[in-house]
Amino acid sequence: MANTILFMEDVSVTFDGFKALNKLNFSVDYGELRCVIGPNGAGKTTLLDVVTGKIRPDSGSVIFKETTHLDRMQQEEIANAGIGRKFQTPTIYENLTVRDNLELSAKQDKTVKAMLFGGITGPVSAKVNETLGIIGLEAKQSWRAGLLAHGEKQWLEIGMVVVQDPDLLLVDEPVAGMTESETQNTADLLKRIAEERSVLVIEHDMNFVHEIAKRVTVLHEGAVICEGSIDYVHADEQVIELYLGRG
Amino acid sequence: MTKRLEEKFGGAFLIAAALFFVVIMPSLNAFTSPDSALHISGFTLNLFGKFLAYAILALGLDLVWGYTGILSLGHGVFFGLGAYCMGMYLSLAIGAEGVYKSALPDFLVWNQVKELPLFWKPFYSFPFTLLAVVTVPALFAAGFGYLTFRTRIRGVYFAIITQALALSVWLVFNRNEMNLGGTNGLTGFKKILGLELNSAATQRGLYIATAIVLCGAYLLCRWIVSSRAGRILLAIRDAENRVLYSGYTPSNYKLFVFTVSAALAGVAGALYAPQVGIITPGRIGVLPSIEMVIWVAVGGRGTLIGAIVGAITVNWARSYLTSSFPDYWLYFQGGMFILVVHFMPDGIVGLVRRLPEFAKKLMSKRNRSGPSPSGDPSAAGD
Ligand SMILES: Nc1ncnc2c1ncn2[C@@H]1O[C@H](COP(=O)(O)OP(=O)(O)OP(=O)(O)O)[C@@H](O)[C@H]1O
Ligand SMILES: [Mg+2]
Repeated sequence: MANTILFMEDVSVTFDGFKALNKLNFSVDYGELRCVIGPNGAGKTTLLDVVTGKIRPDSGSVIFKETTHLDRMQQEEIANAGIGRKFQTPTIYENLTVRDNLELSAKQDKTVKAMLFGGITGPVSAKVNETLGIIGLEAKQSWRAGLLAHGEKQWLEIGMVVVQDPDLLLVDEPVAGMTESETQNTADLLKRIAEERSVLVIEHDMNFVHEIAKRVTVLHEGAVICEGSIDYVHADEQVIELYLGRG
Repeated sequence: MTKRLEEKFGGAFLIAAALFFVVIMPSLNAFTSPDSALHISGFTLNLFGKFLAYAILALGLDLVWGYTGILSLGHGVFFGLGAYCMGMYLSLAIGAEGVYKSALPDFLVWNQVKELPLFWKPFYSFPFTLLAVVTVPALFAAGFGYLTFRTRIRGVYFAIITQALALSVWLVFNRNEMNLGGTNGLTGFKKILGLELNSAATQRGLYIATAIVLCGAYLLCRWIVSSRAGRILLAIRDAENRVLYSGYTPSNYKLFVFTVSAALAGVAGALYAPQVGIITPGRIGVLPSIEMVIWVAVGGRGTLIGAIVGAITVNWARSYLTSSFPDYWLYFQGGMFILVVHFMPDGIVGLVRRLPEFAKKLMSKRNRSGPSPSGDPSAAGD
């Protein structure tokens, strides 16, 4: 446990009697890039909802960096504690510029008072410039974000989470709806981001998972059924039957 | 293209408009002879005093609805609170000159109330009244907002709750037991700060005060929307969850903007009461609250100038139509709203902004000079 940034034990979530998470045990190490796969409705998004405080688990504990109990915190507190989340569908501020999107997301004093009276500080500006480079949107920084292509919106949102400088980054299905070359770029982007922090990626696209993951966790009916290297998971009978076999 | 035009002439236009309303209109009323073609009658000036008061409210409503995406159907309440505070001062300023020659306002005598209720007493003081017209609606909004925003009530649910608020406050103010004049409201005002309320000079002074307050309200709102907090308001409108997950507390921002907006509505009400001479629960209820939203929609939500243009245009049309075709106003208003929602989502201001684009399209069609360049992708500020 000393080496885990995220530790979940016996976590259960029930929706109207339906167990979306069923005594889930799951953990992510510091500096790791982990993929979670599983069929539709396996509970993947629910897992992220629990970690980010959107859903309170019925039971179990969710611990961040050994001592922080996430299951007792507000969503914005969890964000400020160092967990960033990229949503399943691109969620950006369409009517602000690309640059504004990043500047607002960066780590800074986020009270009404500070935002009303304060300007942008040098470090924030530098961080935004750096992130614009990482996501490859430097040339479009003064565009209205709503005008970006789908893939670019996904990258912008990833950038918005990265600029927050989280220690753990959660990414829900980043390449859904992307072209092949966009998918490749996204894989490179995530690998680069993972050099400095822990990243948890949820994804359906097996080629993509192959490309980025060292360790893969397979979720089914709210519990982990298999975990290991991509090849190990690929070879697992139950996994083949449940998920991979279906194409 | 439009953006560049706006950058160049926007400031000059605003200053010209401010000068027109603050200086030129009242001068044309005071210094030209009634026979002159340029003369503005006391009646017209008073009418515009009312419109400009509405514009102050519209600015605040636009902050909440246009910028932050929170639809409030209860702003009549905050307007009413400000107006009633001022109305109480004006009622007490009548002194013993009322119908019953009592120190109490007439309706209290009529209700057989022997002594002035305690909550009326501070309104003998004009400074207290000025303070109250801002703080009473602001505190009320802060309390209401705290309860609703904290519990993450959003969208349509919030709109319905504000409507319920308007309805219940309307019901309460209609009751005689409230000692606020019941259905008839507060009226019969005679004096303000010792001056004859109905004299042309006093009314002109009230008009000028309203125009100046409107300028101040505009500058305040402009400062808010161009601050970084203003960006957060837009961000909340576009993607509230993203804001939350970026570590902001959206409910604090909503509470802030809702409270500012209520304070502006209260100030508007306080300027309305002495110029119109009466405040009744009819100004508080559901219907006037919805009308306020229509002003902003027609003018163009999400632009400050749109809120002002909308409030003035709609109310001007209203006073024209209600005097010429009294039966048709409601149909006209409904029709106008549907028209705006379907064909001009950015209201009058949006339409004007697109004019150069239309003109260009028309020209290029005529010249058949190949495909016209697509719009400038860079973001348009306000
Ligand atoms: N708020 C909710 N109320 C009721 N049921 C829910 C709710 N959220 C999720 N569920 C159910 O819980 C189960 C797990 O959902 P979840 O969204 O976590 O699946 P997922 O693994 O992310 O699926 P997908 O691959 O389709 O995104 C599903 O059967 C879903 O219908
Ligand atoms: Mg999902």
